[in-house]
Amino acid sequence: MLNRLKNRFRGKSVEEGTEKSRRGFGSRIAAVFTRSSIGDDDWEELEDLLITGDVGPEFALDIVTRLRQQVKDEGIKTPDAMLAAMQTLLIEALDAGSGELAGGHGPTIVLVVGVNGSGKTTSIAKLAHSLKRAGLTSLLAAADTFRAGAIDQLKIWGDRLDQRVVAHQPGADPAAVVFDALGAATAAGVDYLIIDTAGRLQTNRNLMAELEKVVRVLNRADAGAPHEVLLVLDGLTGQNALSQARLFGEAVGVTGIILAKLDSSSKGGVVFPITEELAVPIKFVGTGESIDDLAVFDPTEFVEALLRRDE
Amino acid sequence: MFDRLTERLDAALKKMTGRGKIREADVDEAMREVRRALLEADVHFKVARSFIAAVRERAVGKEVLSSVTPAQQVVKIVHDELTELLGRETEGLAKASDGPTVIMVIGLQGSGKTTSAAKLALRLKKAGGTPLLAAADVKRPAAVEQLRTLGEQIDVPVHFESAKSKPEHIARNALDKARKDKHSAVIVDTAGRIQLDEELMEEVRRMGKLTKPDEVLFVADAMTGQEAVNVAAEFHERVPLTGLILTKMDGDARGGAALSIRAVTGVPVKFLAQGEKVEPLEVFHPDRLASRILGMGDVVTLVEQAQEVIDEETAQRLEEKIRQASFDLNDFLEQFNQIKKMGSLSSMMGMVPGMGKLAKNPEVREALTDKNIGRTEAIILSMTPAERARPELIDGSRRRRIAAGSGTEPSDVNQLLNQFKQMQKVMKMLSSGRMPNVPGMGGMFG
Repeated sequence: MLNRLKNRFRGKSVEEGTEKSRRGFGSRIAAVFTRSSIGDDDWEELEDLLITGDVGPEFALDIVTRLRQQVKDEGIKTPDAMLAAMQTLLIEALDAGSGELAGGHGPTIVLVVGVNGSGKTTSIAKLAHSLKRAGLTSLLAAADTFRAGAIDQLKIWGDRLDQRVVAHQPGADPAAVVFDALGAATAAGVDYLIIDTAGRLQTNRNLMAELEKVVRVLNRADAGAPHEVLLVLDGLTGQNALSQARLFGEAVGVTGIILAKLDSSSKGGVVFPITEELAVPIKFVGTGESIDDLAVFDPTEFVEALLRRDE
Repeated sequence: MFDRLTERLDAALKKMTGRGKIREADVDEAMREVRRALLEADVHFKVARSFIAAVRERAVGKEVLSSVTPAQQVVKIVHDELTELLGRETEGLAKASDGPTVIMVIGLQGSGKTTSAAKLALRLKKAGGTPLLAAADVKRPAAVEQLRTLGEQIDVPVHFESAKSKPEHIARNALDKARKDKHSAVIVDTAGRIQLDEELMEEVRRMGKLTKPDEVLFVADAMTGQEAVNVAAEFHERVPLTGLILTKMDGDARGGAALSIRAVTGVPVKFLAQGEKVEPLEVFHPDRLASRILGMGDVVTLVEQAQEVIDEETAQRLEEKIRQASFDLNDFLEQFNQIKKMGSLSSMMGMVPGMGKLAKNPEVREALTDKNIGRTEAIILSMTPAERARPELIDGSRRRRIAAGSGTEPSDVNQLLNQFKQMQKVMKMLSSGRMPNVPGMGGMFG
């Protein structure tokens, strides 16, 4: 599945997508290692640099401490070897199991959740588009019945992508939309049912309960459903993303993350503490504004792109 | 995550004795914790660095007030400095000297521009204005519909054109219409854009040139990370920003981005937006955001209130009693009265570090209602002074008398006595170690 999707993705790769965002990030990190002697101040500077990538103070300190120890223990001397050691540590931190999208359930039900404005609807459009390119059919459910214009937004995407959208009136019960969409998806025999939900802050109890209800409805219809719960994170988000991943995870069991808007100057470093703490895999990366700009996440590629030096 | 700063500072400053001056070595340790708090709140690391340098200077050599711990004192200094940096006073909106005030709302995708534009319109309307909304976001599918729906909800007209119109023309036409129809203001909602998108940044610059806005409000997501500074700075370069709207403040985001933006661009935060329902934008309070960025309960207010209300002498006498473990129900009653002067107990608990969460617990809330507090007071008042000094005197018949006198059940009296016994135990423990931070607080909730 992963490879099949990957081959079909013709969008910008993570590398290209993060190219703009690096803006010297990798170069500045590499520059620290090239100094003739690396002292406390240099290690601290490295920590600060990592922090500018939104990895958070705790993770930055942890990684630098481990790297320092390793450099000492193994007698690592060359700048390239140090950079490589750091790269390995970072890649390891992102190891959170399979990044493959679930499939093969008829239909595979994908619930897409996240805070307001993180990029859910656009990510869904991109996902449906890439599935279509991989020869897979989808049905979209407009379960964001709250935000003005949200249903229209998904319908417009549905038209553009030639994918059916199941929608109710604004203000309708999202669980009812999902119930209908499930029936329609099963009847139509599509491969995927992708559910768009209203943006909600993870601290809003009532709205989180509403989401739990959607999951219960799906669960009653199919004990394994939803097969995927994808949390969409805005790549510019700082440390609050941890709270998002924690609380959405507690409420509806997040199975993967879509890191959206990585095309801006964001570095998306908060995924490091998230995967370390919660072991939730990052599955996709939104790398641009075009419908093609969704890439399958690959930890090595992501870290290499992050640390690549400017030419 | 909340309330941790004061706890950590407490730990960092443990070595300090309860009284005296704040020394440089103490401050070093404390500033490391402040730095971490700021970084966890997404304050840009450079902003955090220069901020800490400034605070250090102010903190070293400061007298520690007798009624607070050194940690609380340091927090107060940090907090004051932060509030200062965020802008001490709330700044209002500029007004056009002639004709409609032009307000442009700009920002990144998903920051909350459209909702904020509607909220701002409602705010102006409630203040007696007659705003016009302009739907100049023709890029995001259904953005125009969204603004029109919101406009309907708050009964504010929306100027819109076809998706083929150029945003700058929509803005200009809206302005013409506003002039003609004598609207007090026109609020232009624009498409979300990345600061790196040359074409769109050029467009926003053209829009600015064409409409000459009185206010250019940058909508910033409270959850934004370290990059907030660069984003805002680039926008500021194209179209000079006049204010910030900080959105999504109803969640648990600490909002450090606002501090970074303010520190780097000098652009003041003007409004806060909470929730997706169209309610008026809220005025920004620098001190509250400062507390939030620091991740603490509003201990500052508590310290100030404690300073104002609890007179030193009484506090010291109570402390002495606790130290000697001779604290009785007479003292309890006295404390009750002191604390009552400071406001409602549940609101106070929200201000105490570590208590914020507890204050939200429904059982605790119930226990702290005025009714229950009043009952406790009534029970104690129904005791004789001798009973208050020596609760062990209270036997079955005295208990019935006290219950009858206070309009409660003997079991209520029992409960109170048991709680008090527990409290005395805690106080004995405290008297062998550190004193509670604010006289009485430890006891109240022990």
